[in-house]
Amino acid sequence: MSALEPVIGLEVHCQLETHSKLFSACPLEIGAAPNTRTDPYTWGLPGTLPVLNREAVRKAIALALATHCEIHGESQFARKHYFYPDLPKGYQITQSDRPYATGGWVDVPGAAPLRVRLQRIHLEEDAGKNLHAGRSSGVDYNRAGAPLLEIVSEPDLRSAEQAAAYLRELRGLVRALGLSAANMEEGTLRCDANVSLRPRGHDVLGVRCEIKNVNSFRFLARAIEAEIARQQDLLQQGRTIERCTLGFDGERDRLFVMRSKEDAADYRYLPDPDLPPLSISAAMIEAVRATLPELPADRRARWAAAGVAADDAQLLSAERELADYFDATLAAATARRAELPARRVAAWIVTELLGKLAAEGLPLSRCPITPAALAELVVLVDDGTVSGRTGKDLFARLWQGEASAADIAAREGLQQVSDTSAIDRTIAEVLAAHPQQLAALRAGKDALRGFFVGQIMKATRGQANPKLVAERLAAAIAAGEPT
Amino acid sequence: MSAPSPWLGVDAIAAAIASRELDALAVVEVALARIAVLQPRLHAFVHLDAALARTAAARVDAGARDGALAGVPLGLKDLFVTADMPTTAGSRMLAGWQPPYHGSHARRLDDAGAVRLGKLSLDEFAMGSSNENVPGEPVRNPWALDRVAGGSSGGAAAAVAAGMLPAAIGSDTGGSIRQPASLCGVVGLKPSWGRVTRAGMIAFASSLDQAGPIARSVRDVARVLGVLAGADPLDSTCATRPVPDYVAACDQVPAGLRVGVHRDALALPGLDADVRAAFEAALLRLRDAGATLVDIALPHATAAVPTYYVLCTAEAASNLARYDGIRYGVRVAADTLAATLEASRSAGFGAEVRRRILLGNFVLRKDSYEHYYGRAQRVRRRIADDYRDAFARCDVIASPTAPQPAFELGARVADPLAMYLGDVFTVGANLAGLPAISVPCGFTGGAPRLPIGLQLVGPRFREDLVLAAAALHERTGEWHRERPPLAEVGA
Repeated sequence: MSALEPVIGLEVHCQLETHSKLFSACPLEIGAAPNTRTDPYTWGLPGTLPVLNREAVRKAIALALATHCEIHGESQFARKHYFYPDLPKGYQITQSDRPYATGGWVDVPGAAPLRVRLQRIHLEEDAGKNLHAGRSSGVDYNRAGAPLLEIVSEPDLRSAEQAAAYLRELRGLVRALGLSAANMEEGTLRCDANVSLRPRGHDVLGVRCEIKNVNSFRFLARAIEAEIARQQDLLQQGRTIERCTLGFDGERDRLFVMRSKEDAADYRYLPDPDLPPLSISAAMIEAVRATLPELPADRRARWAAAGVAADDAQLLSAERELADYFDATLAAATARRAELPARRVAAWIVTELLGKLAAEGLPLSRCPITPAALAELVVLVDDGTVSGRTGKDLFARLWQGEASAADIAAREGLQQVSDTSAIDRTIAEVLAAHPQQLAALRAGKDALRGFFVGQIMKATRGQANPKLVAERLAAAIAAGEPT
Repeated sequence: MSAPSPWLGVDAIAAAIASRELDALAVVEVALARIAVLQPRLHAFVHLDAALARTAAARVDAGARDGALAGVPLGLKDLFVTADMPTTAGSRMLAGWQPPYHGSHARRLDDAGAVRLGKLSLDEFAMGSSNENVPGEPVRNPWALDRVAGGSSGGAAAAVAAGMLPAAIGSDTGGSIRQPASLCGVVGLKPSWGRVTRAGMIAFASSLDQAGPIARSVRDVARVLGVLAGADPLDSTCATRPVPDYVAACDQVPAGLRVGVHRDALALPGLDADVRAAFEAALLRLRDAGATLVDIALPHATAAVPTYYVLCTAEAASNLARYDGIRYGVRVAADTLAATLEASRSAGFGAEVRRRILLGNFVLRKDSYEHYYGRAQRVRRRIADDYRDAFARCDVIASPTAPQPAFELGARVADPLAMYLGDVFTVGANLAGLPAISVPCGFTGGAPRLPIGLQLVGPRFREDLVLAAAALHERTGEWHRERPPLAEVGA
């Protein structure tokens, strides 16, 4: 039975950041006091009608373009009915059999790159949020009517890690496009996973179970793994999988059944007579295309061509702000020093900057070092003006709030000594001070070369150019050798 | 200034207010006095606010008198949302509900200087043809108090027919303006779908619902329509096309107006002999007035009523899903959420509404959707195509509005199917989204003497043609000037 293969598809809900809700002029704001961002439409009051928010449509078009979907000139909104207190009208306006975008794909980078095909993307309105306090319950309708994009993948994922990597890439894409904060903890990014098993090599899908509303990347991976294990156990016991909807209790690390197949809901879909068909013209699509920023995949390709390591490129492209930071630093650095390798800049950001941010628990938005300041520092190190060690000290000074590494270096005389005669002088002094070691070295104890380098660096307070020191030392040793 | 007559029309009142021959306050007092006498017998109003009306009238008198409806007393069917009066949709579900917003219809009337007196009775959520599906007293027909006023805009039609108001706003999903107008002997117009906003009108079946005016003359109806019609940013299905001068259209009868007659429909078994005779006579008068009569075919007409009831119940089930007793309306608390929902809806909705919700949810079920809703949508397109083809041969299509005159209260309560079949002439215009008017065209021969209505249907957005044809017919007789025999009730 080990020849079973997991087959996973994700349904991702992403809340669009728009000024107003999807179908009314009601302002949209995450985190406002309960029921302060509502209007008669949000409450589902009799006589109110939906009017489509064009800003949401433009954002929807942007994601469809970025994921290579076919955008349909005409699509339809439909009502999906169910009774729940957080659903003010007794139905949700969504798109059913005629979504605005179909097909398309997302390329997931990594050691084993993966193309995840998309079935569809559609626009829909969000429900409110039930709040429970002791024995009483309330509903906050601030979120009700917020615009959502639902992105449905084909079952192209084969592991929990792939699912998480795909979701990460999709999140990066949505953020790069400026569509949404796409934050799982905040609920602006939500994910349902459909999981089934089948014998490896078969192309018929097994019975799938849906895991609903997983609210972190960690839980997504754990929930999928738990479900794979559950289905494997059942099949190994010779039992069949029943189609069902599951929830994941992150605290207990356990799946629980929310709905079995018998009480599967009939949503009684109805084309919404209150809304004309959604028409998206070629001109609208082109107008959105013209405003698209460079996408993460394109950025990675550009960086790879400039010599940035693949791992670094993936890390740097994950967040739009970080990618912008890297690009800004790179531009400022190469403006000063054209031959500066891009991978050096990437390495400074990945190891020094991200390391420091992580250690301090800060987001990039609160990073005290500007791209221009970092670029100046990277150039100072790269052209040999300061040593690598001094560079790290200067980074710490910049982090403390100082503005310019070049100024500090000049003011405090931290420039690396690249004056050959000065270095030669120091070398002569050091060699003279350690005659025994010099004799041993000349007798073939080559390990002592490091000792001399260390002494020379110490004598220059670390400011001698190490490359030059190595060169001149070798020359000095050779010169004094008995012929 | 002597007290004005309660029978002054919209046009006459607006003109007299503008020229300062009359004050709005004097006009509204006449209406209030007549309502005070007649309301206990007719039950046309469900809410009356004399103070609010007097304030509005005083504002007109003190300010601009040139609004299209300046100083004209008006009532809204209680399906229209008003921020200053309760709005119930004729349902226990919304008993006492005070909306926190003003609907577009009330706003437009206010902006035109109209004086709103109150809210008028209707069948619950506009579902019915007799104004008997009400929490309180059914509306009586001013021509015979033991007869129905028709529905669902029964209160609006009765109030206008009885001289309580010169005009009222109704809504029409399958005939709810035209049928009561016909049964009460007044003029009622259902505009093209999308001509008048639906924002602020409580939904019954969204793809069929339209708001429209009821008044005592074609010209008065035209004047009110001009105020209601036009784009509304709160309704994305409301047409943005310009609003023509509908009053002027009443005098612009196209030379050689072609009136289409669907002869097959006259073979309907339930068609009342007096209705048929009055209709045939109306056709002859139209011909004598210069119109050409053309026989047309509407091959799918017999499918109209079943198609209508599949679609309207489906949309009603959906539109009424919001009444769960949680945010507003009746709440009957029970142990669980599901039980609260069920108890609230059972207590709030009347029998006819419950019946339609049940039918509608059946129609929308996954396993019956295609057979019912899908098929009805296809037939609906055929019906619309029939009209389109017919309008290649004629300008308007004439028929009786209702197959029978006003029936006795209670006569059809136990037989919903017979009630539904009364919609046979009216639902086609809703399914095809066409403008249609009902005008008085005669009376029954025996006692009681009951009004009979002529329906004229026009091409989409050709309210102007419908009004012109109706005005042409109106000029051939005096039926619209006849008054119901209310003397014996003290008026």
